[in-house]
Amino acid sequence: MYNRHKRAYTSIIPPNHQKIKKIWRITGIISVLTLLEYLCAFVMARGVLLYSIFILLTLYKAFYIIGTFMHLREEKKILIYATMLPCLLLLFLFLVLWLEAKAIMA
Amino acid sequence: MQKNIWPWKASHGKLMMWFFLISDIFTFASLLIAYGFIRYLHLATNVKDVQPSQIYWPIPEKVFHSVPFLQDMYLPLIFVGIMTFVLILSSVTMVLAVDAGKRMDQKKVEKWLFWTIVGGIIFLCCQAWEWSHFIAGSKEGIWMHIFQQGTWIKKNIQGANLTINEYGPPAFAAFFFVITGFHGLHVLSGVVLNIIIYYRTVVGYYQKENYLMVEKVGLYWHFVDVVWLFVFTFFYLI
Repeated sequence: MYNRHKRAYTSIIPPNHQKIKKIWRITGIISVLTLLEYLCAFVMARGVLLYSIFILLTLYKAFYIIGTFMHLREEKKILIYATMLPCLLLLFLFLVLWLEAKAIMA
Repeated sequence: MQKNIWPWKASHGKLMMWFFLISDIFTFASLLIAYGFIRYLHLATNVKDVQPSQIYWPIPEKVFHSVPFLQDMYLPLIFVGIMTFVLILSSVTMVLAVDAGKRMDQKKVEKWLFWTIVGGIIFLCCQAWEWSHFIAGSKEGIWMHIFQQGTWIKKNIQGANLTINEYGPPAFAAFFFVITGFHGLHVLSGVVLNIIIYYRTVVGYYQKENYLMVEKVGLYWHFVDVVWLFVFTFFYLI
């Protein structure tokens, strides 16, 4: 393994407080968005508008977790595309099953 | 320096973890899309006080409304929300563990990994409670029309299993067991992985080289968190 002996007793690098502050700020954002979802669930009538709000908020939260917590944003672009583009295929699956369900119900 | 020959500047293990996560995303998304498909085939009810029947798909907040020690109160979705917060917080402690690992700070890695494991175990306990509550059902059971041997009969049903349940169509309970069960299995394996890397951190195994393994397990743990957010939205909220 690389640098096994050289790094054996490396000294601790001091924490970057700005980075840690950012992590907690994103935690706050995700929590507030989840609370917002609750609020919407109890205040609004069920319907397409409510469902779109839920889905948008969830995608927003997932974006934060994948981008910052899993630090995909700091990776090379090719890794971002290789991991995120295949997920678009899921839209196709969704579309196919949705049309199928509509055809069955008609 | 070996770093220069890594493809895409990511270690091989991390790259493979990402590809594994993509395949797992597909599995979970297929389950959730199939859930939406089957749900679409049932009549939806927007009326709040409709009797449970096998024709109507139940509103999740009418089903999941209990909190431990407060079973008689109607507290829709509160317990699921608590579970979500526990998982988000354990995800945050994992970020802090990975950050400490990059700084070669063994003590901090130990501390944050410990809290991550605690969060995972709390989540699993919550899920076990919710499953047992779901399976046991209401005290008196519910009289509902069910389709049996070619005719509709009225029958008292209590609790849930894979063939029948008191909340709605049989597929509802089946999807609940499969989706949350599959996610719970992921949490369980995540906790096991966390315990392994916690042990190896404590004995100083990673301090000799690097904490890349903490980062990889961290990716898996965040993935479990993201999946739960989607399950929470599509299964419990919508």
